[in-house]
Amino acid sequence: MSRGSPDLCDLSASELGARLAAGEITCAELAESSLRRIEAVEPRLGAFLTRTPELARERAVELDAYLAAGGPRTSASGIPTALKDVLTTRGVRTTCGSRILADYVPPYDATAWARLSGAGAVLVGKTNCDEFAMGSSNEHSAFGPVRNPWDLERVPGGSSGGSAAAVAAGEAVWALGTDTGGSVRQPAALCGIVGLKPTYGRVSRYGLIAFASSLDTVGCFTRSVRDAALLLRAIAGHDARDATSLDAPVEHPGRDLEAGVAGMRIGLVAGALEEGVEPGVREAVRTALDRLAALGAELEEVALPHAEHALSAYYLIAPSEASSNLARYDGVRYGVRAAGEHTDVAEMMARTRGRGFGPEVKRRVILGTYALSAGYYEAYYGQAQRVRTLIIRDYEAAFERVDVLVSPTSPTTAFRLGERLDDPLAMYLSDIFTIPANLAGVPAVSVPCGFADGLPVGLQITGPPLAEARILRAASALEADLGLDLRPPLLASL
Amino acid sequence: MPVEIDLRYVARLARLELGEDEIATLAPQLAQILEHAGRIAAVATEHVPPTASPLPRVNVWRDDEPEPPLPVDEALRNAPDREGDRFRVPRIVEGG
Repeated sequence: MSRGSPDLCDLSASELGARLAAGEITCAELAESSLRRIEAVEPRLGAFLTRTPELARERAVELDAYLAAGGPRTSASGIPTALKDVLTTRGVRTTCGSRILADYVPPYDATAWARLSGAGAVLVGKTNCDEFAMGSSNEHSAFGPVRNPWDLERVPGGSSGGSAAAVAAGEAVWALGTDTGGSVRQPAALCGIVGLKPTYGRVSRYGLIAFASSLDTVGCFTRSVRDAALLLRAIAGHDARDATSLDAPVEHPGRDLEAGVAGMRIGLVAGALEEGVEPGVREAVRTALDRLAALGAELEEVALPHAEHALSAYYLIAPSEASSNLARYDGVRYGVRAAGEHTDVAEMMARTRGRGFGPEVKRRVILGTYALSAGYYEAYYGQAQRVRTLIIRDYEAAFERVDVLVSPTSPTTAFRLGERLDDPLAMYLSDIFTIPANLAGVPAVSVPCGFADGLPVGLQITGPPLAEARILRAASALEADLGLDLRPPLLASL
Repeated sequence: MPVEIDLRYVARLARLELGEDEIATLAPQLAQILEHAGRIAAVATEHVPPTASPLPRVNVWRDDEPEPPLPVDEALRNAPDREGDRFRVPRIVEGG
């Protein structure tokens, strides 16, 4: 089945790299291809909050001259790139999907972007997201929803919904997002692309505008597993500006992509295919597991006994950290201040925050403030931190038995716009399979593993700390074996 | 057990102005979320230490190397209100 003829922006970064190296294409042609796609589909998708076509053209021309003069090419050279709008970009508006930062222009680049840009990536724009990355559908953006390229009446997932939709639709070849409880993996699954959340600390958080600091990670959206490895490699590594960044050496996360899964011990998380998981998702995941077994993997079921408490622990820890991190939006140093006369500074701050924050952010700030308040701290936040320890121990025990763990990425495929908007708890349940990895700090990838009623399904593969190469190896074997056609129907109409 | 929160008190702690309609919407939602989250009380955690960060690093040091600071104009560029080289805010203390 062919869905429109592919343009340059539909190719993978690794293939584009080969064509650039061979002199078959230029960075300028590649940038134009991406910008044309944005013009064509953006009115229907709403994936971007800020587009940067002039910057992209300028940078592409500069790169072509640099490469023509013998400058070294990297795997990021000339690649049209989108960034979730919670990553700071010097001189380019960065809103976090919030009214309170509607006009904020950062004076510095996030380290992940500085590295990618230094390697020659071309920024095409900043992508829409749930406000301050809080949400699972992108409907909590102050600037309107993003639509799923597979079905425009459905959500792309969240919170990095714009980055996921942009990559799925070819507006960018790859994108960065952030993953605090599943915000890279869940939208990747719902949009039919690869989403990689690295080990906590593998990528610097400097310039990632903080939501929950002990959970936040910068992650990768790509249309191939190989590209995810290339993108991670370009942004990973120690950064003196982030005290939580790891100083372990960065080995190439793509070094084992061809190694296959023969003999690999794969653990299906116990209970992961039971109630609460849509039948179509179950079926696609089972088929994928059968394929992995056929390729020589040894499958068994592995229990994470405390994972059932992960959602509860997360919804105490993340809002607690958020309530502290978001205290900085007080209308003094940056951001929009509430208009009018204020009797004193406290009133100005309360009004600024009341008018500047949307409903989900308010919900979490209140929840976190309550969980940290005198008399409740130990019962809520303290207990959640102890449960977090038990979840980490569960993973440690599991990885003594198996090499990687698998589960569905999301219990459902993309849901309809508005469907869960008035039921916060139902929305939170979208992340039931992704949250445990954030609590434990371990790496996980979502890789497309099939379809249910024409909508993509993702398989989550989780590994021990710093085992990115191992989870990508399993993902790559599955990707090659399934050979799915992942061009969304939207592109057929072009 | 239903959870009752004094929302006005918590909102004051959070320096967050909430309208009456917002309080009416938030109250049952937060009660439901806390009822779910509160289930962790049942987990046995005696002798289990808390985890604040998944891969803890303690005492991270770096060399104290001077770098050029952010120019004042850049630091103030996003300020909602300024006076000279300072952030301007409404009065903070009585009789100021």
